[in-house]
Amino acid sequence: MSESVKAIMLARIRQAIAAAPEPEPVQPDFQVHDERDVATIRADFTQNLLDYKASVINTTAAELSRQIAELCLQERIQRLVLPVDVPVSWLPAHIQALRDDPPLALRDLDACDAVLTGCAVAIARTGTIILDGGERQGRRILSLVPDRHLCVVYASQIVGLVPEAIAAIQERAGHPITLISGPSATSDIELSRVEGVHGPRSLSVLIVQDR
Amino acid sequence: MPARALPMFPQAAKRALENTQLRRNMGNATSTIRQKRANVVAEVVDWEALRSAGSAIKQRVMRHLDEYLLQLEAAVQRAGGQVHWANDAAEANRIITDIVRATGVERVVKVKSMATDEIQLNEALARHGIQAIETDLAELIIQLAHEKSSHILVPAIHKNRSEIRDLFRSTIARGQELSDNPKELAAAARHYLREQFFTAQVAISGANFGIAETGSICVVESEGNGRMCLTLPQTLITVMGIEKILPSFEDLAVFLQLLPRSSTGERMNPYTSIWSGVTPGDGPQTFHLVLLDNGRTNVLADEVGRQTLHCIRCSACLNVCPVYARTGGHAYGSVYPGPIGAILTPQLLGIEQAKSLPYASTLCGACYEVCPVKINIPEVLLYLRGKITEKASALNPEKVVMRQLAHIFASPRRYAQAQQLARTGQSFFIHGQVIDRLPGPLAAWTVARDLAPIPKQSFHDWWKQRQSEQVQEPGAGSASMSSTINQQEDQ
Ligand code: SF4
Repeated sequence: MSESVKAIMLARIRQAIAAAPEPEPVQPDFQVHDERDVATIRADFTQNLLDYKASVINTTAAELSRQIAELCLQERIQRLVLPVDVPVSWLPAHIQALRDDPPLALRDLDACDAVLTGCAVAIARTGTIILDGGERQGRRILSLVPDRHLCVVYASQIVGLVPEAIAAIQERAGHPITLISGPSATSDIELSRVEGVHGPRSLSVLIVQDR
Repeated sequence: MPARALPMFPQAAKRALENTQLRRNMGNATSTIRQKRANVVAEVVDWEALRSAGSAIKQRVMRHLDEYLLQLEAAVQRAGGQVHWANDAAEANRIITDIVRATGVERVVKVKSMATDEIQLNEALARHGIQAIETDLAELIIQLAHEKSSHILVPAIHKNRSEIRDLFRSTIARGQELSDNPKELAAAARHYLREQFFTAQVAISGANFGIAETGSICVVESEGNGRMCLTLPQTLITVMGIEKILPSFEDLAVFLQLLPRSSTGERMNPYTSIWSGVTPGDGPQTFHLVLLDNGRTNVLADEVGRQTLHCIRCSACLNVCPVYARTGGHAYGSVYPGPIGAILTPQLLGIEQAKSLPYASTLCGACYEVCPVKINIPEVLLYLRGKITEKASALNPEKVVMRQLAHIFASPRRYAQAQQLARTGQSFFIHGQVIDRLPGPLAAWTVARDLAPIPKQSFHDWWKQRQSEQVQEPGAGSASMSSTINQQEDQ
C-alpha cells in the first residue's frame, strides 16, 4: 500500500518537473568567514547574549569553579544536575551535584534547580550556543527541564557567523543538536515578551578565557 | 482537501474591517514586527546574497525533488526512523491515527504546525477519540477558544490579555486567581502544559526543514514547547510537506540566517532542534516521518506557480501587506493567510475553490521585497488572476467589457465616438464631481472606488483646436507636426 503511494507520488513529481529547466548553480557569495578580530567577535557575542536577557560572566579556567559557586549562591541553586562527563574541576564545593549517571528519572530532574553544561560551539553574531550531545553536554533533556541553565563556553569555541558554526558541527549532524539563544520566551500575548516559558527561565553563560 | 469553496474574500474582509479591536491589534502587531525585522535585517551586510542563495537552493530542491525525497527517506531509515508517504490529507490523517492508536494512548501533545492544520489532523484524531493538545501558547489559546489562527507567527494576536485571562479562568486555570499580566498568563499555561508534557507518550510536530543528505529534521521555535515535545515522549510523529527539503546540512547556514530575522525579527529564535531518526538514550525511541503531498505536486507542475513552494513560512509578507494589516488572517478563510495564502491556497485547493484570493492584494510588491527566498508574489497573483479570467465564461462581465474595449481602442474613430457618448451618458452618474456608482455589472468597480468623470474636452480635441488657432499665425515647427498628426489620423 505505502509502496504504491510512494510510487504514485514520485511519478507525479517526476512528471511535474520533467520540463523544468536546470537552475543556475547556487552562488555561495554570502559571508562564510568573520573577518573581525577575536576581541570584537567576543564582545559581539556578549552583547547579543545580553540583548536576549542571558547573563554573562567572564572568567578564567582557574576561577571557573569559584564563579560557579558564587552564581549558585546568588541564584539560590541547591541541586545542580550535571552531564556524566563534566570535569570535577568545574564543580563548586558545598553544592549538591547530581550526575546524570545512571540517567535521572524525569521527576528527579524536575526537582533540580539548575543544570551545568559545556557546549559544542557558539555564534557571536546571533548570541547562540550550540549543544550537539558531545563532550560535557549530555542528553537534550538535561538542558531543558531544570529552571536554570549554566553554560560554560570557552572563548576558543566562539565563532563569528552562522556558517562557521554549521561547518563546525557538520560532522555531528546525525546527533541531536540544539541551538539556544537566550532563555525560552514568548510574545504571544499582545506581543509583550515574557522570558521563561517551558525551557529554562534563565540562561547564564560563563565565558572562559583560553586564548 | 475537501472540495468546498472558501468564503469570498471581499465579504469576509468587510466583516473583519467592522471589528475595530481586530483592526487595531492587527495594525499594531504588523507594524511592530515589521520594524523589528527591518532593524535586524539591516544588520546583515550580506542579506541580499543570502536571499539569492536561499532562492537558488530552493530552485534546486524543486528541480530534483524526487531524488532528494528518496535520499531523505534512506537517511531517516538508516538513523532508525520510519518514513510514510501521503498523497493527501485523508491518507496522512489515516497514517497518523493508526500510529497513535497502535500506542494505545488517547492524548497527544502537538507542536505548532501549519501542515497539520492544513490536513485538519486534530479533527481527524478527535473522530477516533484522540485528543490533540496544542502546546504553543498562542495555539493553545485559540484551541481553548475554539477559534482559528489570525497570523502565521502569532496566531492569537486578535485576542487581548483580558480575554485570554477570562478564557484561562474558564478552562485551564479554573478557580485560580489570575491577573491579565502576560507573565502570569504565560505561567498559568506553563503550569498546565508541564503536566501534559511529562505524561504524554506521543508527540506530533511539523518541520521547518528536512535535510536530504543527513536525514536531519529541523524545528525552529521560541517557548521550549517544541523541545518538550521533541524530547520527552517515547514516540514522535513529524508531518512534513514534501517541499520542505534542503539538499545538505550546510544549507542550514543560509536558512537559519534568513528565517529568524524574517520571522520574529530576532537574530536567532530561542530554540532550534535538529535530529535524525532516533538516538539511543536521548529523546523519542520511535520516530515516524510523514511526507505530505496534498496538492503540492500540482503547484510543482506549474511553471510560474512553482516558486510558491519555496516558502519557508516566515510571515514577513503578511506584516508588510497593506491588505492583511487591515483585515487580519481570518478574512482569507484558509490556513495560509496574507500574500502567501493568496497564492498558495488557490493552487493547493484548486483555483475554483478560492478564486477571490488572488484579488486580495493591491499588487504593491512589498511582499516580494521582504520575502527571504525571493518569491515573486505579485507575478504569481497576476498569473492566477489571468487563469481565473481565462476560465470565466464568455459572458463574464469583465470579459465582455474587455472585448468591447479592445474593439473600441483598435480604431481612433470608434474611440472618439465612444468618448463623446460617454461624456453625454456620464452626467447621470456624476455626484459631487465624481462618479460614485456605475450601473449593472460595472457597479463592482465603484463599490470601493470613485471615478473621475471624463473631461469635457479630450487632449486630442484640445490639440486640434490649438493647432487650428495657430494656423492663423503660422510657425514652421508646429505646422509640420500638426500635419504629421493629421496624416496619422487619416489612416
Ligand atoms: S512567501 Fe516569502 S515572505 Fe511570505 S511567508 Fe513565505 S517565505 Fe515568508
